[in-house]
Parts: sequence; structure tokens; C-alpha cells
Amino acid sequence: MTDLTEQLRERILAASSAAPLCIRGGGSKDFYGCELRGELLETRAHTGVLAYEPTELVITARCGTPLAEIEAVLAEHGQCLAFEPPRFAENCTIGGAVAAGLSGPRRVSAGAVRDFVLGVKILDGAARELSFGGQVMKNVAGYDVSRVMAGSLGTLGLLLEISIKVLPRPVAEATLSFAMPQAVALDKLNQWAAQPLPIVASAWQDGMLSVRLAGARAAIAAAVQMLGGEKVEDGATAAFWDGLRDQHASFFAGMPLWRLSVPSVAPVIALPGETLMEWGGAERWLHSDAAPATIRAAAASVGGSATLFRADSTLKATVGAFAPLPLPLLNLQRRLKQIFDPHGIFNPGRMYAEL
Amino acid sequence: MTAALSPAPDQDDTRRVALLARLLPLLPTGGLLSDPEDIKPYECDGLTAYRCLPWCVALPDSEAQVIAVLRVCHVLQVPVVVRGAGTGLSGGATPVAAGVVLSLARFMRIIEIDPLARLARVQPGVRNLAISEAAAPLGLYYAPDPSSQIACTIGGNVAENSGGVHCLKYGLTVHNILKLRVALIDGEVIEIGTHALDSPGYDLLALLIGSEGMLGVVLEATVKLTPRPTVAQVVMASFDDVTQAGNAVAAIIAAGIIPAGLEMMDKPATAAVEAFVHAGYDLSATAILLAESDGTEQEVAEEMAAMCQVLETSGARDLRVSRSDAERLKFWAGRKAAFPAVGRLTPDYLCMDGTIPRKHIAHVLTRIEELAQQHRLRVANVFHAGDGNLHPLIMFDASRDDELDRATALGAAILELSVEVGGTITGEHGVGIEKVQQMCLQFSADELAAFRGVKAAFDPLGLLNPGKAVPTPRHCSEYRLTGSAR
Ligand SMILES: Cc1cc2nc3c(=O)[nH]c(=O)nc-3n(C[C@H](O)[C@H](O)[C@H](O)COP(=O)(O)OP(=O)(O)OC[C@H]3O[C@@H](n4cnc5c(N)ncnc54)[C@H](O)[C@@H]3O)c2cc1C
Repeated sequence: MTDLTEQLRERILAASSAAPLCIRGGGSKDFYGCELRGELLETRAHTGVLAYEPTELVITARCGTPLAEIEAVLAEHGQCLAFEPPRFAENCTIGGAVAAGLSGPRRVSAGAVRDFVLGVKILDGAARELSFGGQVMKNVAGYDVSRVMAGSLGTLGLLLEISIKVLPRPVAEATLSFAMPQAVALDKLNQWAAQPLPIVASAWQDGMLSVRLAGARAAIAAAVQMLGGEKVEDGATAAFWDGLRDQHASFFAGMPLWRLSVPSVAPVIALPGETLMEWGGAERWLHSDAAPATIRAAAASVGGSATLFRADSTLKATVGAFAPLPLPLLNLQRRLKQIFDPHGIFNPGRMYAEL
Repeated sequence: MTAALSPAPDQDDTRRVALLARLLPLLPTGGLLSDPEDIKPYECDGLTAYRCLPWCVALPDSEAQVIAVLRVCHVLQVPVVVRGAGTGLSGGATPVAAGVVLSLARFMRIIEIDPLARLARVQPGVRNLAISEAAAPLGLYYAPDPSSQIACTIGGNVAENSGGVHCLKYGLTVHNILKLRVALIDGEVIEIGTHALDSPGYDLLALLIGSEGMLGVVLEATVKLTPRPTVAQVVMASFDDVTQAGNAVAAIIAAGIIPAGLEMMDKPATAAVEAFVHAGYDLSATAILLAESDGTEQEVAEEMAAMCQVLETSGARDLRVSRSDAERLKFWAGRKAAFPAVGRLTPDYLCMDGTIPRKHIAHVLTRIEELAQQHRLRVANVFHAGDGNLHPLIMFDASRDDELDRATALGAAILELSVEVGGTITGEHGVGIEKVQQMCLQFSADELAAFRGVKAAFDPLGLLNPGKAVPTPRHCSEYRLTGSAR
């Protein structure tokens, strides 16, 4: 439990557009986004759970608090971060998790990081402390700036504190597996999702669909009956889903790795390479040597987008990590950046060259 | 506003005439109202204490017309107030005197329902309930269900980030919108969000939702549809003590249950509602909790048993579990009609909307009662207990002596109380004009400046819904001078 606000503030005051800052928590996501630029500004020592009352369903922590610590505290009270932020390494922090805006397997049913952010305290580009949102479940006072921080990759400000909604851990879980080709899996997943079934996550790879159920015991038992498939041994399921969440599963090794975020009903995308599909079909990981422009066009043609998730720096530098934005949207984003970081000192270029 | 700041009346009149001349050819017959009699129905929204006649009301029926109207207003620098159904409770749709009301009431088309993708693409004037009705044959519904859902529009819901009795489990508007098509004040149309679960760049969707019609005009929304649960059941629990009822709310959550709905009504609210809908509410109870469970049959049986047990141990004197869907709807009918029911008892009422940490429910209710007595007014409480979102209804008669002033003062005191216990001045109704001053209480000057920056990023001239939601620095210094702020 340490408060590093003053030191962080001083570093921000000393920074300039010529000497920008590279904000970093545990560093487990250094690979994510575009090239890292600027002097390292580490937040890992700004730590501590500041408030947590299980009946309020909210936890407030300083940005450098390890995700592991937060999850352990929640687990003691039977609660969890339902969006399952990936833990690419042991030391990852809550600040990094929120700034990166990535969510794990349960995102499709539980919601994304942004859906759980209730409030933030930030230091802006002028080192001013600003608070948005709060610690309560519902809050519409002022524009919802705190949710915008999720996924902004530290380009809008330094997240000092974050309040996040937490949920009870499901009483029971089960995993079923089915042998089926991708097109059939897509069909099934979408049909199931339109029914009141306790399906919370799914993964398809190599002709095998895995479906995770969570909820009341009786509901799981009924769903297992109804869906059929092969019940995966309980001892093996946690490791399987964690492998996807934290990307330790062997599929994720190797580069380049693309992440395609598409409508769940988008048909099988005809691109060469290996695919792993999560989120009921809405997230498709791809190892492919196809031209980046081809991959981006394929995702766009079904109403989605392709992120170059892991790749060597040369490729990222040429094509960018994130799909280019239409000009009117880019202009709005530029103006938002101007408000919070007018001199461009926070993570310049980490998202887009213009931000 | 001082005379020096507004243009001279004759100059004003010239501008008005010029505006009408430019707008008339853009709109269909009957699509431009300027006769005081015709525009009277638009002079206020659900916050009837504030009224103002605009220069005119535009009722376009195509997107091209909306864009054309915006362009003219932009060029002539005339303020625009967008309006859905006008059910807002914070004055978000209150007109601006020298401005245009842009009504989207004619945009009532559900463009597409895709049952496999579980989404609906709708025009902004589509009523909230109409979406669920259209999706019902497919076993789907639109989850956020404000009590005004028969009337309020999806455009208004997006602008206010509206909630409902089921949002503890199913989320607010912000959790249920995938994509928006938005016209900016200069007529440029942008699309934000996608039918995928996320899109690159800053989350502009989160910014637009809840922006109270100040950043852009919603032309189309893609909403998520949720599979209708197989069964739902509600238990109505009577308590003799508000503290016990408040603690029961926390106890349910501590037991690891997220009810589909968890609502509370105090005695005055129950009395008003029972006289209105005859749902068989317990009139002798000091507080009533309604707790709903939904899901599969087995799930509901399991959860309902657990909830009843918690309620009993928390001191509930009487429990009534709905035995049929008809009975369940009857229990809810009372809750959903609570505002109009209270409205029958009093010429006027103000509906407050603070959200507080659940643990302070009992304390805050007690304080509200004390404050009401100090202001010599009656208050009924009916609220989203699961979310800690209170709706004290302040009853008054605006035609009597200083009752409006006392009601406003009591409202302000309640908002201050919400902030004091770590909550917010508004959970779902928006700031509008009603609470614009109390924004100075909840946010620092720097934070308010950031909001003004966001506004300017979308609307540099400040033409969309001016004077709402974000106070000017002057507002705040005046507020502090009057001594309300600490
Ligand atoms: C009896 C009663 C019960 C209520 N219960 C609830 C409740 O349970 N939960 C809740 O959250 N609210 C509730 N409300 C408040 C209100 O119904 C909601 O705020 C609703 O979303 C307003 O919708 P509307 O169409 O009436 O919008 P309006 O009142 O017309 O407008 C509201 C705001 O939205 C803006 N706006 C409208 N359409 C658009 C558009 N297309 N693009 C951009 N901006 C737009 C307006 O400028 C204004 O700022 C209740 C109101 C009443 C009268």
C-alpha cells in the first residue's frame, strides 16, 4: 500500500512533447498496441486496495495493484472480475488491465472491462487530479469519461485509481465439448445464444467446440442434458479456460497473431492460416501470413475490424496495430486527446500515430 | 440571463423570421410548428416546473430532413434541443427560448430485427417497449425497462443512459447498445460502434450514451436483444422497519445473489400505489421489497428459495411469492405505476434520482424524512434498491405560496446528501437543467472544464442543448455564493 501520486505528478510536470512518457504497469502488455515511445513511467509501486465491501459489489484500487492481489481479495468473498482480464504475466496490474481494455472468455456473456468500470481518478497531461464516475452502480452525472479510459492505452491520462464493479462467482460450472466444423459451430453458438441457456464462454479450434456453462447447479444440470456433447472432466476445465484467458494455450505462440472482432453471425472468414474462435463467434484469433490489408479488408467486409495483436515491430510499424479509423472519427478522437493531454506526453503513438 | 447578453427583441424577431423561412421548405407539410398554440405541448418535458416556448418545433420525417435542419441551425447559429417523447425528468428536453425543438417523434420504424444475431436496428423515435413487443415472438426482448417504457423513446434512453427495474442484472442502456448512427450539429453523420463486440479507438459509444442530447443527434440505434428467461418469479416482502429492509438488500447480495430486480417502496408510496392499481400491497408495512428471480425453472426455484430465506432472516414480517405470471405482473404494475400514482395525490411532484452506496439506504431514508419535515413537505420513496438508486418523490403544490421554492430547496438538500454519503446526484434521469447547479458540488472546476472540452470536441459552437448538464463557471460561483454548496 503506497501512494506515489506526488512522484507521478512530478514526472508528468517534467515531461514535454519532446520528452514524452511511456506509462507502464507490470509491462505484461508491452507487446500490445504500437511501438513504445518515451521515458518509462512505472506505476507498479502505486498500490493498494482502497475500498472493498462485498455487499457494495465495488472494489477501488490504485493502478499498480497486482491483478492477482485483487482477484485473491475478491475470491475470499466469493466474488470475481467477471470480464476475466487476461493475465499475460504474473505481475500485471489493474491499471494496465483497464488501460488495455482487454477481456477474457466470459466477456461474451458478462460484458467487457468498460462495462464494469464505475469510476476513475486520473492525472491529466497537466498533472491535475480529475475524478469521473464514482463508486456507485449507476451514475449519469457528466459525460461517462471513466468508461472511455478503458481501452485508451494510457493515451488520455495516467489512471491513478479505478473503481470496478464485481460480481459473485458462479455457484457451479461445467464444460462441454463437441466435434464439429467451424461453420456448424457458428450456427449452433448463435442459436444457443438466442435461448435462455447458461452459456458463458465458448472456444472453437481444430474441429472441436468447447462450451462453458456457469450458474445455478440445477440450471447447469439441465443445460448439460439439453445440449449433449461430451462433458469435460472438471479438473481440466479451469486450466483450459485460463489458457485461453491468459494466452498460455499453445495456439497463441508464434507471430503474427491477429485478433478479429466481428459480428458473431459473420460466416467463416476465408483466410489462410489457423483460427481459434471465442466469444460465441465474435472474436476470431488468426495466425496468418496473408497480407495485412487482405486481413483487414476481410474483417471490415463483415462489419468488424482486425487488430495486429502480436507481431514483430517492423510489421506493426508498417501497418499499425489497430485498424485505421474513418477520418471523422479520428478527428473526434484527436480532439478528445487534446482535452486530456494537449501536449501529447502520454504514450504518443501507442494507439494511433495521430493520438 | 441579463438583458445585455441576449439580442434586442427586434433583432431577435428578424432572426426568428429568417430561420422559419429557411426551415419551412425543408420540412413536410405540418412539419414546422411555430404558432404558440401548436408549440405549447413542447414547452416542457416531465420536469413540468420548468417551461419555455421555443421559436419553433421541427418535425422531420427523414434523415435527410434532420440533417438539413441541423445545417441551417448551424449556419444561423441557432440552438437546437432534440426531443423524443418528452418523458425526461430532468429538463433535458426543455426548450431554449431563441431556439428550435427538433422532435424525432416521427422516426418510429423498427428497421430490422435479426433473431440470430440478437439485435434490433431501430429509428430514434421507437418506443422502448415497442422493441420488446416486436421481438417477443422470437423469444427475445430489450432488457433496459424504464418505468416510462410505454412512452419513452430509444433516442431519449440513449441520451439519458436510462435504467430500469432489471438493470442490476441486465445493465443500463450503455450495456445494451451496439452501434449508433449520429448526426453532429454541422450535419455530418458518423457511425460509432459496430455489430461486433468492440471496435478500435476510444469508446465514443460510452461518451455518446448519457450525453443528454448535447453531443449529437441519434439517427439510428442498434440494440442488443436478450433471450427471454423461461420463467420469472417475484417475492414481495414486508418490513416494519426501514433499516431492516435496507439491510436485507445488502444481505441478498452478500449471499451471492444478483436478483433480476430488487425494488423498495416506503409506506407513503405503497399507499399511493395500492389506491391506484389494487395489487394487494401490504398497507401496514413500513417498507416493501420486491425481489425478482428469472432464468430456467430450476434456477428460479433455487434462487427464490435462497432469497426468501435471506429475507426472513433479515426480519421480513410477511413474504408473498407470485404464483403465476399474471400475479407477478400485478406486483410489478404497482411499482411501475408509482410515479403517476403519487402524481394523483398531489398537484405537482419532483422526482429525485440520487444513487448512494447500498449500506447507507436506511440512514439516507431517515435523513430524507427529517429534511422533508424541515421543509414542511411530504416525500414518498420508491426506488431501485439493488442499485442504491433512490427516487424520493417530493409532493407539492406550485400554486401555493412558496411551495415550489421549498420543494426545490428540499430537492437540493437531498442531492447534497447523496453526494455527502459518497453517491451521485443522478443515477439515471440525467442532470438536465434541474441539477446543473449541483454538478458544481460533485465535480471540481477542472473536471467541469474537461466536460466542457468534451462538449466542444463535438459541438464547438455549443448549439446542441445549451445550458444543460454541464454548468458554466459562472453557474458554480453563483451556486457557491448562495451558500448551498459547502
Ligand atoms: C413516469 C415516469 C417513469 C420513469 N421511469 C424511469 C426509469 O425507471 N428509469 C429511467 O432511467 N428513467 C425513467 N424516466 C425518465 C425518462 O422516461 C427517461 O429519461 C427517458 O429515457 C426519456 O426518453 P424520452 O424519449 O421521453 O426523451 P426526452 O424526454 O424527449 O429527452 C430526454 C433527453 O434526450 C435527448 N434526446 C432525445 N432523443 C434524442 C436523440 N434521438 N438524439 C439525441 N438526444 C436525444 C433530449 O434532448 C433530452 O436531453 C421516467 C419518466 C417518467 C415520466
